[in-house]
Amino acid sequence: MLHNNAMTREITFHEAICEATLLMMEADKSVFIYGEGVPDPKVIFGSTKGLKERFGDERVFDMPLAEGGMTGVGIGAALAGMRPIMTHQRIDFTLLAMDQIVNHAAKRCYTSGGVQSVPLTIRTIIGRGWGQGSQHSQSLHGFYAHIPGLKVVMPVTPYDAKGLLIASIEDNNPVIFIEHRWLYNLTGHVPEGIYRVPIGSAKVLRAGTDISIVGVSYMVIEALRAAEILAGEGISAEVVDVRSLRPLDGETILQSVGKTGRLIAVDTGWQTSGFCSEIVALTAESLHGKFKCGPRRIGLPECPAPTAPALANHYYPRATEIVRVALEMMERPIHSAIKEHESKVPLDVPDLNFPGPF
Amino acid sequence: MPIVKDMSADSARLIYQRMQLIRKVEEAITIHYREQEMRCPVHLSIGQEAVSAALCAALREHDHVFGSYRGHALYLAKGGDPNAMMAELYGRKTGVAGGKSGSMQLAAPEVGFLCASALVGGTIPIGVGDALAAKLCHSDRVSAILFGDAATEEGVWHEAMNFASLKKLPVIFMCENNFFAVYTHIRERQPDNIHERGAAYAMPGVRVDGNNAEELYNAVSSAVARAREGHGPTLIEARTYRWREHCGPGWDDHLGYRNTEEAKSWMAQCPIKRFERILLDRKIMTVSEMSETEEAAAMQADGAIAFAKASPFPDPSELTHGVYAP
Repeated sequence: MLHNNAMTREITFHEAICEATLLMMEADKSVFIYGEGVPDPKVIFGSTKGLKERFGDERVFDMPLAEGGMTGVGIGAALAGMRPIMTHQRIDFTLLAMDQIVNHAAKRCYTSGGVQSVPLTIRTIIGRGWGQGSQHSQSLHGFYAHIPGLKVVMPVTPYDAKGLLIASIEDNNPVIFIEHRWLYNLTGHVPEGIYRVPIGSAKVLRAGTDISIVGVSYMVIEALRAAEILAGEGISAEVVDVRSLRPLDGETILQSVGKTGRLIAVDTGWQTSGFCSEIVALTAESLHGKFKCGPRRIGLPECPAPTAPALANHYYPRATEIVRVALEMMERPIHSAIKEHESKVPLDVPDLNFPGPF
Repeated sequence: MPIVKDMSADSARLIYQRMQLIRKVEEAITIHYREQEMRCPVHLSIGQEAVSAALCAALREHDHVFGSYRGHALYLAKGGDPNAMMAELYGRKTGVAGGKSGSMQLAAPEVGFLCASALVGGTIPIGVGDALAAKLCHSDRVSAILFGDAATEEGVWHEAMNFASLKKLPVIFMCENNFFAVYTHIRERQPDNIHERGAAYAMPGVRVDGNNAEELYNAVSSAVARAREGHGPTLIEARTYRWREHCGPGWDDHLGYRNTEEAKSWMAQCPIKRFERILLDRKIMTVSEMSETEEAAAMQADGAIAFAKASPFPDPSELTHGVYAP
């Protein structure tokens, strides 16, 4: 849905990513973009569309399938004053580049005594469903959020996707920019021109008083759905979109949980040593005595992603699971009416228009 | 590939001065390390001085170099300040990174030594990225990457060679083959044909005597000319030998991992002594000029130790500073 009126213009998440890249490449000659599939006919699910035609193949190029080495290339170019954007169609592929990301990009500023910096943006996408299985649909944000020297962001709305990508490209540090494949066709209001969403700021997407649902990436969408269902039950849920995992906006999260006294941390990843555990730990340390009941986590079951839809349908938590946990915490009966809200869409596609395979 | 064979007298004197400086600084480390004030691992380049000295002499000041954890020689050869280096080893505030890099990640961005790594092969793709930036900015800068023989066994070396060749980037891949990965000989790790792998990536690959500074200088100069003219990267394999232990100030022959006769024969081929003969033969330097150079280097090394010892430690408040750039 594209409207010309600047006040109401709505574009998709992937169009917002593409627009941010285009504007920054226009504004700054040191910005270039590379990665597997960047200029190919499918243009990273639309997110790099038109860039090669606009800026040429010196600044927009595909890469050899060498995730580690090509990350090093980005680091070197960044050290020399460029602002590279590297892309991966799946975050799973970044595991091949761990040495360069963790041992090199994240360390250079500190080990140079603060003299050097690595303004490198690494765009990655979390996959989900349609049988992609264990090596194409992991959520590895917790790995990266653990490392001092990296910044880690996970936008949910098209507005934040554009503003955070611009902020990431302009940032003088390595930023792991984590997208979710299921957000790609989400539409929302996005202003034209360059604007920034500051890295390190969470956002309250829905205000509430009874319970805080703090989430990342696609699970924020499920949290918003859950809040809507809970409203029908007379429960006022506040939804906090973490947006930036490192640096983490603890203040906004503590303010919300301090107010409601109830926390559900919802994550696209696993619970054990996962990012939702960090949210629970942060609030537990600071809000001792203010909790009305024990905090809860909702993440993936402790197994790799299956491929069969019959199994995948039990793998991904959805809004109704958040609702059930919220009702438990509020000591309210879990009545069968919740069933009515269960999505009719299978859990391995984002919507009924999704034809597969990626 | 253009052949360059014109080591000027100035270049020769520079190579000699830098080799002496490297030798004296490394020897000073062996003397003072036992005092336990240098509290970081050190990987010395005694016996391997010619590689870094000749490499940097064939580069211009604005060219960039990338190194490994055995990086003191490259740091000094590129013109890094010996005082700031020694202070870094001593963990002082005046160290080149204020006590946050130690020996293994020693670098000197102000003279074009952009980074080193404690991970084998870690800076190889980074050097290639630097060359990509030079190309994108239409700079005539060249990027030289120094790495050991074991780094050619790492995936990123192959990935970096491939990409540098694909984009015809101005890179010198300089392999310092000292035959050992810690205590494991190259014959137990690979076919020992490193220079031949240049052909696999459509770039020249040459093998040179790594203890012959003139041969090294000529090989690097040819590679630099090729890179600057936009013809792409070159692989140079310089065969040399580490005298001291892999890590630390002492000797490790008592461990029995290498052939003592082989070690002795390499030590008889000291790169400094061999270069002195060249300088004398060509009448580039006299014996007394060489002695003066050697003494000056020794004084610089001693001065660096004194500077480091007299320097303050970093304030604890520095601990969490500099993790992120503003």
